[in-house]
Amino acid sequence: MKHLSIKLAMASALAITAGMASAQTMDITIGLQLEPPHLDPTGAAAGAIDSVVYANIFEGLTRFDATGAILPALAKSWTISDDGLVYTFNLQSGVKFHDGTSMDSEDVKFSLDRARSEDSTNAQKALFTGIDTVEAVDATTVRVTLSAPNGAFLFNMAWGDAVIVAPESIDNAKTSPIGTGPFTFTNWVQGDNITITKNADYWGTPARLDSATFKFISDPVAAFAAVMAEDVDAFPGYPAPENLPQFEADSRFQVLVGSTEGETILAINNKMPPFDNVKVREAVAHAIDRQAIIDGAMFGLGTPIGTHFAPHNPDYVDLTSQSNYDPELSKSLLAEAGYPDGFTTTLKLPPPSYARRGGEIIAAQLREVGITVEISNLEWAQWLEQVFRGYDFGLTIVSHTEPMDIGIYARPEYYFQYDSAAFRQLMDDLNAATDPDARSAILKSAQRMIADDYVNGYLFQLASTTVANANIVGLWQNAPTQATDLTAVYWND
Amino acid sequence: MLRYSLKRLLSLGLSLLAASAVIFLAIEVVPGDPASYMLGINAQPDTVAALRAELGLNVSAMERYITWVTGMLTGDFGVSYTYRTPVVDMIGDRILISLPLAIYALTLSTLIAFPAGILAASKRGSAADVSIMGATQLGVAIPNFWFAMLLVVFFAINLRWFSAGGFPGWDKGFFVSMKALTLPAISLALPQASILARVMRSALIDTMNEDFIRTARAKGLTKRQALWRHALRNAMIPVLTIIGLQFSFLLAGAIIIENVFFLPGLGRLVFQSIPQRDLIVVESVVMLLVFAVVVVTFIVDIAYAAVDPRLRGRS
Repeated sequence: MKHLSIKLAMASALAITAGMASAQTMDITIGLQLEPPHLDPTGAAAGAIDSVVYANIFEGLTRFDATGAILPALAKSWTISDDGLVYTFNLQSGVKFHDGTSMDSEDVKFSLDRARSEDSTNAQKALFTGIDTVEAVDATTVRVTLSAPNGAFLFNMAWGDAVIVAPESIDNAKTSPIGTGPFTFTNWVQGDNITITKNADYWGTPARLDSATFKFISDPVAAFAAVMAEDVDAFPGYPAPENLPQFEADSRFQVLVGSTEGETILAINNKMPPFDNVKVREAVAHAIDRQAIIDGAMFGLGTPIGTHFAPHNPDYVDLTSQSNYDPELSKSLLAEAGYPDGFTTTLKLPPPSYARRGGEIIAAQLREVGITVEISNLEWAQWLEQVFRGYDFGLTIVSHTEPMDIGIYARPEYYFQYDSAAFRQLMDDLNAATDPDARSAILKSAQRMIADDYVNGYLFQLASTTVANANIVGLWQNAPTQATDLTAVYWND
Repeated sequence: MLRYSLKRLLSLGLSLLAASAVIFLAIEVVPGDPASYMLGINAQPDTVAALRAELGLNVSAMERYITWVTGMLTGDFGVSYTYRTPVVDMIGDRILISLPLAIYALTLSTLIAFPAGILAASKRGSAADVSIMGATQLGVAIPNFWFAMLLVVFFAINLRWFSAGGFPGWDKGFFVSMKALTLPAISLALPQASILARVMRSALIDTMNEDFIRTARAKGLTKRQALWRHALRNAMIPVLTIIGLQFSFLLAGAIIIENVFFLPGLGRLVFQSIPQRDLIVVESVVMLLVFAVVVVTFIVDIAYAAVDPRLRGRS
């Protein structure tokens, strides 16, 4: 007891001398590189929206946790019928939207019906198209009937695009979002910052911070200066990996390096000659030295991948050796395919640095085996028009940041135009399967199939880098979805 | 004076109309669709079509041009495709940073340049002249964004006197806001001050060689008196021209400095809106900047007439 009181006395003395540090810091300033265009996560693809609102302002039936696992959120539990078609969700009771209206089954029905309606502008409408009917059974029970079994349905409902919104407030959600989360939207100084404040009436575990400010700093040099000057307390998605060693060496800061859902690939136009020949695609895969790209373009951050799947996922199969760096093999494959002297193609690069820096290195590596590439740098809008919709490209580099998106290989019209009936069958089987072991086996076969077909050049999994004040606890190390979940963040001082 | 002003005003109106057509055409031909940009790579075609309809992108370009121009006459610039807020509000917020920043920088630049230029001209060839010319040479040569970074490293990271950037908002107080604009204003002002000081010096030296100055000296004025009473006013025409150009440049051309200090000004608004294909914002901001340039030119023209009575007489 005496010991304790001495400790207390020392602590209070310290607190007095420390002045500012006496009261625990209850607010935080988060730096983000991209400003959201607006704040309605159900009306645009921009990850920057979820970086502000996901889990903080808006919540869905289910949610991702820091490891990417699916947890209950507004749905506290659910049952699935034996045929996998009917999901019955039991909602949390007593949940209120930030405007004071209550959240019940009618709001869930409204949100899901709105996302799949004809004039929906939901960027991930495909998540909802398998829904046949949504019924509000009673105030806290919702029954969703699917038109075909979908083993990923609970996962789909965790996306930021599937959050529950209210009919009363959705029209103004773009500028003043009203959700059910532990923080309420307070203010947006466009071009500069967004402030959110603790929701005193939150239904679940309340947030530990009183308020948070998101500050938008697009320039990497300015981001460095803002962190160094301690204008911001944490910077998730820190844009200048070259500065990380400097932060690691500084005891004021902590550096969190984790994984994301971003498979970075050298996408190949599978319908365009000579890439319609699998031998040519295989030759491209063997011409690429992944580690050289990770070291040269990403300052060593990133995990090599050999297929379109996140390495941190338990179902991941490491297939990197199947497309190992072997320029001699690459040349002989090109000769077998009828291109002993190589050929010329285009490499169209969107703005992110992984593409621009990585593109230069890949161009040099392809030149070694005789493939000449003409590089063109595009803005995203041009990239969407020329590459994505116009199929006017030979090669391009993109990071596919949507979680669990191997299903895009089942869409023959998708920009790299992989057309395989066998793969489509696998995805149908996957959707029909609800048994975890069966799903795991199918996912593994799917990864092998696209690696065997050398659909794209698989480069690396994008790393998530966060620089933060050393005293902040509870930030996500990995980025299983675009989010800055502040619900469990606090200052350890 | 009135007829002179009216003629200038007419040419101002015509310039603006021509500018609106050029801006609209130039921006409309840029490839890329704002709806596809917003919905990303997983969007279904029907979703993109629904959003295009919602944004009013389905009408013809001609119709959109007419709506835009007639809207602007009544102060309605339309609604941003990406932010979904009225463009006029967005510009209103941003100009409250860009305009004070430009004025602040121009004031600093003038306050430095006038004394420096006059001193250098009146003591031509002296040590003061040589060092001022040397310093301004350096000021012209240093890129302002690099100078800005040096200021950040020194004053924000090492000394912690200023934030590395950002803007607290005018509601947080005048001095706090002016403090946030200080480093950006200095980095914008220094190259401008260097140019202005050099122009001031050479204009003064040229004027001092004119016959009327010799006459003034002959009737007994000292060199100093001749400079202050007669040469300075006559040297103002080139100086005013440069100040006018500089103001337009500071208002429109602060994009890079706004990025270095992450200030939510007009330049950064355009910088954000171009990749997002938020065409209506780009068009409106560019139009506003053209308007500012044209108005500043108009004011400078009027100011010429004020300092030089011959211009008034001619019209």
